[in-house]
Amino acid sequence: MNTVNQLKMEFSSRPENVAFARVAVAAFAAQLDFTLNDLEEIKVAVSEAVANAIIHGYGNSPDGIVRVGAVITDRMLEVRVEDDGRGIADVKRALQPSFSTDPDRMGLGFVFMQSFMDRVQVESAAGKGTRVIMSKVPECSGAEAAAARAGH
Amino acid sequence: MDLDLEISRDILLARPRGELDLSVADALRDALEGALGENTVRHLVINLARVSFIDSSGLGVILGRYKRLAGAGGRVSLVGVQPQVRRILELSGLLRIMREYASEEEAVARAG
Repeated sequence: MNTVNQLKMEFSSRPENVAFARVAVAAFAAQLDFTLNDLEEIKVAVSEAVANAIIHGYGNSPDGIVRVGAVITDRMLEVRVEDDGRGIADVKRALQPSFSTDPDRMGLGFVFMQSFMDRVQVESAAGKGTRVIMSKVPECSGAEAAAARAGH
Repeated sequence: MDLDLEISRDILLARPRGELDLSVADALRDALEGALGENTVRHLVINLARVSFIDSSGLGVILGRYKRLAGAGGRVSLVGVQPQVRRILELSGLLRIMREYASEEEAVARAG
């Protein structure tokens, strides 16, 4: 698939950059034919991935660097969120809905990424950082009609 | 994020404004915990009418307060949930364990 446009950014692992990242990616994604609802979903997915990098990757230290890249091909958005933090020893387990190292967070981060993006891939190893690759294709009008019938 | 807090009888009414994500989670948690520490408070009503974005960091703050209050027989009710926030609340299951009302008045009247 040919890359039509791309975005690359990196920023400190500070909580105030979570909003910056999701707004930037959503604004970039708007070049594709996404609905406003799609763009809201992309914002949540990016927010979760960046928050994970800050909280889990860097243990809330503001000294890490989070890299976010987005690529638009002729019909799809792909977003990558990467950190050089402590990594995830057991990716499969981390992707379980109830898995969380913080009782207040319910382990919902990956649930939202998986619910709101078409595909989510996590590459990580202990001590090797984490890379989350997510992609989404704009819904066609038929899919929107189906979603509306399903009560969204 | 901006936050209005009001205590009425044994009910804490919270009106956060803005986007509830990681950058405000600690401040929101601390403010709510401080107000819940008033020993007369048993229930929490959260007006989300001016919350335009929430993710798992924001949800976590609400869920944490729910656990605290439910453990002591209290309730958490929600008011004014916006469509983009509703989707997240539904997916997380929070709407199944909390009550939702059309207005603050109704939520406060039925909270006890």
